[in-house]
Amino acid sequence: MTARTYLLLGSLSAALVALALASPRVSAADKTDPAADAKAFQNFFFQKFPNVKHDDFVNGPYSMNEDMKRQWQEKEEFPPYEFALDAGKEMFATPFRNGKTYADCFPNGGIGIRQNYPYFDTKEGKVVTLELALNRCREANGEAPYSYVKDEMASLTAYMAFTSRGKPFDIRIPDDPRALEAFENGKRYFYTRRGQMNFSCASCHVQSPGERIRAEILAPALGILNAMPIYRSEWSGMGTISRRFITCNSQTRAVPLEPQADEYRDVEYFLSYVANGLPISGPGARP
Amino acid sequence: MASSIRVRATSNGDLTEVQTLIQHPMDTGLVKDAKGELIPAHYIQELRFAWNGKDVFVANWGTAVSKDPYVKFSFKGAQKGDELKISWTDNKGASDETTAKIA
Repeated sequence: MTARTYLLLGSLSAALVALALASPRVSAADKTDPAADAKAFQNFFFQKFPNVKHDDFVNGPYSMNEDMKRQWQEKEEFPPYEFALDAGKEMFATPFRNGKTYADCFPNGGIGIRQNYPYFDTKEGKVVTLELALNRCREANGEAPYSYVKDEMASLTAYMAFTSRGKPFDIRIPDDPRALEAFENGKRYFYTRRGQMNFSCASCHVQSPGERIRAEILAPALGILNAMPIYRSEWSGMGTISRRFITCNSQTRAVPLEPQADEYRDVEYFLSYVANGLPISGPGARP
Repeated sequence: MASSIRVRATSNGDLTEVQTLIQHPMDTGLVKDAKGELIPAHYIQELRFAWNGKDVFVANWGTAVSKDPYVKFSFKGAQKGDELKISWTDNKGASDETTAKIA
Protein backbone atom coordinates (compact mmCIF):
# COMPACT_ATOMS: atom_id res chain seq x y z
CA MET A 1 0.00 0.00 0.00
CA THR A 2 1.33 3.41 -0.93
CA ALA A 3 1.07 6.43 1.24
CA ARG A 4 -1.46 7.88 -1.16
CA THR A 5 -3.85 4.96 -0.66
CA TYR A 6 -3.60 5.40 3.08
CA LEU A 7 -4.44 9.03 2.63
CA LEU A 8 -7.42 8.21 0.48
CA LEU A 9 -8.66 5.59 2.90
CA GLY A 10 -8.11 8.00 5.74
CA SER A 11 -10.08 10.78 4.11
CA LEU A 12 -12.77 8.33 3.10
CA SER A 13 -13.26 7.14 6.64
CA ALA A 14 -13.22 10.74 7.82
CA ALA A 15 -15.96 11.50 5.32
CA LEU A 16 -17.96 8.54 6.53
CA VAL A 17 -17.62 9.72 10.11
CA ALA A 18 -18.68 13.19 9.04
CA LEU A 19 -21.73 11.69 7.27
CA ALA A 20 -22.64 9.73 10.35
CA LEU A 21 -22.37 12.85 12.49
CA ALA A 22 -24.39 15.06 10.19
CA SER A 23 -28.09 15.29 10.92
CA PRO A 24 -30.19 13.23 8.53
CA ARG A 25 -31.94 16.39 7.28
CA VAL A 26 -29.09 18.29 5.64
CA SER A 27 -25.50 17.40 5.08
CA ALA A 28 -22.89 19.98 5.99
CA ALA A 29 -22.19 20.91 2.38
CA ASP A 30 -25.67 22.19 1.44
CA LYS A 31 -26.88 23.68 4.65
CA THR A 32 -29.71 26.13 4.16
CA ASP A 33 -28.42 29.66 4.51
CA PRO A 34 -31.32 32.03 3.75
CA ALA A 35 -29.28 35.18 4.32
CA ALA A 36 -26.68 34.11 1.75
CA ASP A 37 -29.45 33.03 -0.63
CA ALA A 38 -31.17 36.40 -0.38
CA LYS A 39 -27.91 38.25 -0.97
CA ALA A 40 -27.09 36.13 -4.01
CA PHE A 41 -30.62 36.47 -5.33
CA GLN A 42 -30.61 40.26 -5.03
CA ASN A 43 -27.12 40.59 -6.46
CA PHE A 44 -28.11 38.52 -9.47
CA PHE A 45 -30.80 41.06 -10.36
CA PHE A 46 -28.72 44.10 -9.44
CA GLN A 47 -25.98 42.89 -11.78
CA LYS A 48 -28.35 41.81 -14.53
CA PHE A 49 -30.05 45.22 -14.50
CA PRO A 50 -27.38 47.70 -13.41
CA ASN A 51 -29.49 50.67 -14.53
CA VAL A 52 -32.52 49.81 -12.44
CA LYS A 53 -32.62 51.51 -9.05
CA HIS A 54 -32.88 48.87 -6.33
CA ASP A 55 -36.20 50.10 -4.97
CA ASP A 56 -37.63 50.17 -8.48
CA PHE A 57 -37.70 46.37 -8.79
CA VAL A 58 -40.93 46.34 -6.79
CA ASN A 59 -42.64 48.00 -9.76
CA GLY A 60 -42.29 44.78 -11.73
CA PRO A 61 -42.44 45.13 -15.50
CA TYR A 62 -42.46 48.94 -15.22
CA SER A 63 -38.90 48.85 -13.94
CA MET A 64 -37.89 47.04 -17.13
CA ASN A 65 -39.42 49.26 -19.80
CA GLU A 66 -39.38 53.07 -20.04
CA ASP A 67 -42.42 53.34 -22.27
CA MET A 68 -44.60 51.15 -20.09
CA LYS A 69 -43.37 53.02 -17.06
CA ARG A 70 -44.57 56.35 -18.45
CA GLN A 71 -48.00 54.93 -19.21
CA TRP A 72 -48.18 53.47 -15.74
CA GLN A 73 -47.17 56.72 -14.07
CA GLU A 74 -50.00 58.45 -15.88
CA LYS A 75 -52.36 55.70 -14.78
CA GLU A 76 -51.21 56.05 -11.18
CA GLU A 77 -52.86 59.48 -11.08
CA PHE A 78 -56.08 57.53 -11.31
CA PRO A 79 -55.16 54.09 -10.08
CA PRO A 80 -57.50 51.28 -11.09
CA TYR A 81 -57.21 49.68 -7.64
CA GLU A 82 -58.69 52.74 -5.98
CA PHE A 83 -62.19 51.27 -5.69
CA ALA A 84 -60.88 48.09 -4.09
CA LEU A 85 -58.76 50.15 -1.72
CA ASP A 86 -61.76 52.17 -0.55
CA ALA A 87 -63.85 49.03 -0.15
CA GLY A 88 -61.03 47.43 1.84
CA LYS A 89 -60.73 50.41 4.14
CA GLU A 90 -64.45 50.27 4.83
CA MET A 91 -64.43 46.50 5.38
CA PHE A 92 -61.46 46.74 7.70
CA ALA A 93 -63.26 49.23 9.92
CA THR A 94 -66.61 47.42 9.91
CA PRO A 95 -67.08 45.29 13.04
CA PHE A 96 -68.01 41.60 12.85
CA ARG A 97 -71.37 40.47 14.22
CA ASN A 98 -69.72 39.94 17.61
CA GLY A 99 -68.56 43.54 17.69
CA LYS A 100 -64.87 42.77 17.21
CA THR A 101 -62.90 43.99 14.19
CA TYR A 102 -59.93 42.86 12.14
CA ALA A 103 -57.79 45.22 14.17
CA ASP A 104 -58.28 42.96 17.21
CA CYS A 105 -56.55 40.04 15.44
CA PHE A 106 -53.39 41.85 14.43
CA PRO A 107 -50.46 43.56 16.10
CA ASN A 108 -50.68 47.36 15.89
CA GLY A 109 -54.34 47.04 14.90
CA GLY A 110 -53.34 45.69 11.50
CA ILE A 111 -51.97 49.05 10.36
CA GLY A 112 -48.53 49.16 8.74
CA ILE A 113 -47.70 45.50 9.34
CA ARG A 114 -47.98 43.95 5.87
CA GLN A 115 -44.18 43.93 5.51
CA ASN A 116 -43.96 41.31 8.31
CA TYR A 117 -46.06 38.73 6.45
CA PRO A 118 -45.73 35.85 5.77
CA TYR A 119 -44.18 34.79 9.07
CA PHE A 120 -43.26 31.36 10.40
CA ASP A 121 -45.53 30.26 13.21
CA THR A 122 -43.39 28.22 15.59
CA LYS A 123 -46.46 26.79 17.36
CA GLU A 124 -48.04 25.45 14.20
CA GLY A 125 -44.73 24.71 12.51
CA LYS A 126 -45.96 26.31 9.29
CA VAL A 127 -45.82 29.55 7.34
CA VAL A 128 -48.73 31.92 7.96
CA THR A 129 -49.55 34.35 5.18
CA LEU A 130 -51.55 37.56 5.53
CA GLU A 131 -54.46 36.10 3.56
CA LEU A 132 -54.54 33.07 5.84
CA ALA A 133 -54.34 35.23 8.96
CA LEU A 134 -57.27 37.34 7.71
CA ASN A 135 -59.48 34.32 7.14
CA ARG A 136 -58.49 32.80 10.49
CA CYS A 137 -59.43 36.11 12.06
CA ARG A 138 -62.85 35.92 10.40
CA GLU A 139 -63.41 32.32 11.49
CA ALA A 140 -62.30 33.03 15.05
CA ASN A 141 -65.00 35.69 15.15
CA GLY A 142 -67.71 33.45 13.76
CA GLU A 143 -67.66 34.76 10.19
CA ALA A 144 -67.41 32.68 7.02
CA PRO A 145 -63.98 32.81 5.37
CA TYR A 146 -63.55 34.74 2.13
CA SER A 147 -62.36 33.28 -1.14
CA TYR A 148 -58.59 33.57 -1.32
CA VAL A 149 -58.51 34.82 -4.88
CA LYS A 150 -61.48 37.11 -5.11
CA ASP A 151 -62.58 40.61 -4.44
CA GLU A 152 -63.02 40.89 -0.67
CA MET A 153 -59.66 39.31 0.16
CA ALA A 154 -57.96 41.50 -2.44
CA SER A 155 -59.65 44.60 -1.04
CA LEU A 156 -58.62 43.81 2.53
CA THR A 157 -55.00 43.03 1.64
CA ALA A 158 -54.95 46.12 -0.62
CA TYR A 159 -55.83 48.31 2.33
CA MET A 160 -53.31 46.62 4.63
CA ALA A 161 -50.59 46.91 1.99
CA PHE A 162 -51.46 50.57 1.47
CA THR A 163 -50.90 51.31 5.17
CA SER A 164 -47.43 49.73 4.83
CA ARG A 165 -46.37 51.49 1.64
CA GLY A 166 -42.70 52.35 1.63
CA LYS A 167 -41.86 50.08 4.55
CA PRO A 168 -39.20 47.53 3.63
CA PHE A 169 -40.08 43.84 3.64
CA ASP A 170 -38.95 42.43 6.98
CA ILE A 171 -39.38 38.67 6.90
CA ARG A 172 -37.76 36.71 9.71
CA ILE A 173 -36.66 33.10 9.64
CA PRO A 174 -36.58 31.89 13.24
CA ASP A 175 -33.87 29.49 14.37
CA ASP A 176 -36.07 26.46 13.82
CA PRO A 177 -35.26 23.58 11.49
CA ARG A 178 -38.89 23.57 10.31
CA ALA A 179 -38.64 27.22 9.29
CA LEU A 180 -35.49 26.53 7.33
CA GLU A 181 -37.22 23.56 5.73
CA ALA A 182 -40.19 25.77 4.74
CA PHE A 183 -37.81 28.28 3.16
CA GLU A 184 -35.94 25.49 1.38
CA ASN A 185 -39.20 23.96 0.20
CA GLY A 186 -40.37 27.30 -1.20
CA LYS A 187 -37.07 27.69 -3.00
CA ARG A 188 -37.39 24.18 -4.39
CA TYR A 189 -40.91 24.88 -5.62
CA PHE A 190 -39.74 28.10 -7.27
CA TYR A 191 -36.92 26.41 -9.21
CA THR A 192 -38.64 23.11 -10.09
CA ARG A 193 -39.88 22.70 -13.64
CA ARG A 194 -43.42 21.43 -13.99
CA GLY A 195 -46.38 21.25 -16.31
CA GLN A 196 -46.74 20.66 -20.01
CA MET A 197 -44.44 23.58 -20.86
CA ASN A 198 -41.80 22.31 -18.43
CA PHE A 199 -41.43 25.78 -16.93
CA SER A 200 -40.40 26.66 -13.44
CA CYS A 201 -41.31 30.00 -11.85
CA ALA A 202 -37.67 30.93 -12.42
CA SER A 203 -37.81 30.17 -16.17
CA CYS A 204 -39.70 33.42 -16.65
CA HIS A 205 -39.02 35.54 -13.62
CA VAL A 206 -35.29 34.89 -13.13
CA GLN A 207 -34.15 33.92 -16.61
CA SER A 208 -36.19 36.37 -18.67
CA PRO A 209 -37.42 39.43 -16.79
CA GLY A 210 -37.76 42.39 -19.14
CA GLU A 211 -38.29 40.05 -22.09
CA ARG A 212 -41.60 39.97 -23.87
CA ILE A 213 -44.04 37.14 -23.48
CA ARG A 214 -46.45 37.94 -26.27
CA ALA A 215 -47.40 41.56 -25.61
CA GLU A 216 -46.44 41.50 -21.95
CA ILE A 217 -43.18 42.28 -20.23
CA LEU A 218 -42.07 39.72 -17.68
CA ALA A 219 -41.55 40.99 -14.16
CA PRO A 220 -38.39 40.23 -12.18
CA ALA A 221 -38.87 37.73 -9.35
CA LEU A 222 -37.13 40.18 -7.04
CA GLY A 223 -39.81 42.31 -5.40
CA ILE A 224 -42.61 40.54 -7.24
CA LEU A 225 -44.73 40.25 -4.09
CA ASN A 226 -44.12 43.79 -2.85
CA ALA A 227 -46.87 45.22 -5.04
CA MET A 228 -49.49 42.61 -4.12
CA PRO A 229 -52.44 42.58 -4.36
CA ILE A 230 -52.65 43.87 -7.92
CA TYR A 231 -55.24 45.15 -10.30
CA ARG A 232 -54.50 43.37 -13.55
CA SER A 233 -55.95 44.76 -16.72
CA GLU A 234 -55.91 41.20 -18.01
CA TRP A 235 -58.31 40.21 -15.21
CA SER A 236 -60.11 43.56 -15.27
CA GLY A 237 -60.09 43.22 -11.54
CA MET A 238 -58.05 42.67 -8.43
CA GLY A 239 -56.09 39.56 -7.58
CA THR A 240 -54.32 38.28 -4.50
CA ILE A 241 -51.00 36.49 -4.21
CA SER A 242 -52.91 33.20 -4.27
CA ARG A 243 -54.54 34.17 -7.53
CA ARG A 244 -51.17 35.08 -9.03
CA PHE A 245 -49.64 31.72 -8.12
CA ILE A 246 -52.64 29.81 -9.47
CA THR A 247 -52.70 31.67 -12.79
CA CYS A 248 -48.92 31.33 -13.13
CA ASN A 249 -49.27 27.59 -12.77
CA SER A 250 -52.15 27.28 -15.22
CA GLN A 251 -50.47 29.56 -17.77
CA THR A 252 -47.51 27.21 -17.90
CA ARG A 253 -50.02 24.34 -18.16
CA ALA A 254 -49.22 22.93 -14.80
CA VAL A 255 -51.87 21.84 -12.33
CA PRO A 256 -52.47 24.65 -9.86
CA LEU A 257 -52.63 23.83 -6.16
CA GLU A 258 -55.36 24.85 -3.77
CA PRO A 259 -54.99 28.46 -2.55
CA GLN A 260 -52.85 28.55 0.61
CA ALA A 261 -51.51 25.04 0.01
CA ASP A 262 -48.29 24.41 1.93
CA GLU A 263 -46.13 24.82 -1.20
CA TYR A 264 -47.72 28.18 -2.02
CA ARG A 265 -47.20 29.37 1.52
CA ASP A 266 -43.59 28.24 1.39
CA VAL A 267 -42.91 29.85 -1.98
CA GLU A 268 -44.44 33.08 -0.69
CA TYR A 269 -42.13 32.81 2.33
CA PHE A 270 -39.11 32.32 0.08
CA LEU A 271 -39.99 35.12 -2.35
CA SER A 272 -40.79 37.58 0.42
CA TYR A 273 -37.63 36.78 2.33
CA VAL A 274 -35.32 37.29 -0.65
CA ALA A 275 -37.01 40.68 -1.19
CA ASN A 276 -36.16 41.79 2.35
CA GLY A 277 -35.22 45.47 2.40
CA LEU A 278 -37.25 46.39 -0.68
CA PRO A 279 -40.27 48.61 0.02
CA ILE A 280 -43.90 47.48 -0.03
CA SER A 281 -45.59 49.19 -2.99
CA GLY A 282 -48.99 47.51 -2.92
CA PRO A 283 -51.64 47.65 -4.03
CA GLY A 284 -50.25 47.68 -7.55
CA ALA A 285 -51.46 47.82 -11.11
CA ARG A 286 -50.20 45.49 -13.82
CA PRO A 287 -51.03 45.13 -17.50
CA MET B 1 -70.96 53.40 -0.14
CA ALA B 2 -68.64 55.88 -1.74
CA SER B 3 -69.58 57.43 -5.05
CA SER B 4 -69.05 55.28 -8.13
CA ILE B 5 -67.52 58.26 -9.90
CA ARG B 6 -63.96 59.50 -9.47
CA VAL B 7 -63.19 62.75 -11.15
CA ARG B 8 -60.29 65.14 -11.50
CA ALA B 9 -60.67 68.37 -13.41
CA THR B 10 -57.73 70.72 -13.82
CA SER B 11 -57.59 73.99 -15.70
CA ASN B 12 -54.46 75.50 -17.21
CA GLY B 13 -56.20 78.83 -17.81
CA ASP B 14 -57.40 78.01 -21.29
CA LEU B 15 -58.22 74.32 -21.39
CA THR B 16 -59.85 72.26 -18.67
CA GLU B 17 -58.78 68.64 -18.64
CA VAL B 18 -61.26 66.22 -17.12
CA GLN B 19 -60.40 62.67 -16.09
CA THR B 20 -63.07 60.30 -14.82
CA LEU B 21 -63.12 56.74 -13.60
CA ILE B 22 -66.51 55.12 -13.11
CA GLN B 23 -67.12 51.91 -11.23
CA HIS B 24 -69.58 49.86 -13.22
CA PRO B 25 -69.72 46.18 -14.30
CA MET B 26 -70.65 47.04 -17.92
CA ASP B 27 -71.94 43.51 -18.58
CA THR B 28 -72.51 42.80 -22.24
CA GLY B 29 -75.17 40.13 -21.80
CA LEU B 30 -72.98 37.66 -23.70
CA VAL B 31 -70.92 36.32 -20.84
CA LYS B 32 -71.84 33.25 -18.77
CA ASP B 33 -71.29 32.96 -15.07
CA ALA B 34 -69.81 29.97 -13.27
CA LYS B 35 -73.13 28.09 -13.47
CA GLY B 36 -73.30 28.62 -17.23
CA GLU B 37 -76.17 31.11 -16.99
CA LEU B 38 -75.95 34.25 -19.08
CA ILE B 39 -75.18 37.35 -17.06
CA PRO B 40 -77.85 39.85 -18.18
CA ALA B 41 -76.68 42.99 -19.94
CA HIS B 42 -76.00 45.82 -17.53
CA TYR B 43 -74.34 48.87 -18.97
CA ILE B 44 -74.21 52.66 -18.75
CA GLN B 45 -76.44 54.16 -21.40
CA GLU B 46 -75.80 57.81 -20.85
CA LEU B 47 -72.93 59.71 -19.32
CA ARG B 48 -73.23 63.46 -18.92
CA PHE B 49 -70.79 66.20 -17.94
CA ALA B 50 -72.41 69.55 -17.26
CA TRP B 51 -70.52 72.75 -16.54
CA ASN B 52 -72.62 75.58 -15.08
CA GLY B 53 -75.74 73.66 -16.12
CA LYS B 54 -74.57 73.37 -19.73
CA ASP B 55 -73.67 69.97 -21.20
CA VAL B 56 -70.06 69.88 -22.31
CA PHE B 57 -69.77 66.15 -22.94
CA VAL B 58 -72.53 63.60 -23.44
CA ALA B 59 -71.87 59.95 -24.27
CA ASN B 60 -74.47 57.43 -25.39
CA TRP B 61 -72.94 54.12 -24.62
CA GLY B 62 -73.76 50.51 -25.37
CA THR B 63 -72.22 47.25 -24.29
CA ALA B 64 -68.95 47.82 -26.13
CA VAL B 65 -67.38 49.89 -23.37
CA SER B 66 -65.19 48.13 -20.84
CA LYS B 67 -65.85 47.49 -17.18
CA ASP B 68 -64.98 50.46 -14.90
CA PRO B 69 -64.76 52.94 -17.80
CA TYR B 70 -62.18 55.69 -17.85
CA VAL B 71 -62.95 58.90 -19.73
CA LYS B 72 -60.61 61.78 -20.44
CA PHE B 73 -61.44 64.91 -22.45
CA SER B 74 -60.84 68.64 -22.37
CA PHE B 75 -63.00 71.66 -23.06
CA LYS B 76 -62.55 75.41 -23.22
CA GLY B 77 -64.07 78.28 -21.33
CA ALA B 78 -64.20 77.10 -17.72
CA GLN B 79 -62.56 78.94 -14.84
CA LYS B 80 -60.78 77.46 -11.83
CA GLY B 81 -63.32 76.93 -9.06
CA ASP B 82 -66.25 76.27 -11.42
CA GLU B 83 -68.44 73.28 -10.71
CA LEU B 84 -68.68 70.30 -13.00
CA LYS B 85 -71.57 67.87 -12.60
CA ILE B 86 -71.08 64.29 -13.75
CA SER B 87 -73.97 61.84 -13.97
CA TRP B 88 -74.71 58.47 -15.53
CA THR B 89 -77.76 56.29 -15.98
CA ASP B 90 -77.67 52.63 -16.93
CA ASN B 91 -80.06 50.29 -18.71
CA LYS B 92 -81.49 49.04 -15.40
CA GLY B 93 -82.46 52.57 -14.43
CA ALA B 94 -79.73 52.92 -11.82
CA SER B 95 -77.86 56.20 -11.77
CA ASP B 96 -75.24 58.12 -9.88
CA GLU B 97 -73.98 61.67 -9.91
CA THR B 98 -71.28 63.77 -8.36
CA THR B 99 -69.93 67.29 -8.60
CA ALA B 100 -66.32 68.32 -8.80
CA LYS B 101 -64.58 71.66 -8.48
CA ILE B 102 -62.22 72.56 -11.29
CA ALA B 103 -58.76 72.97 -9.83
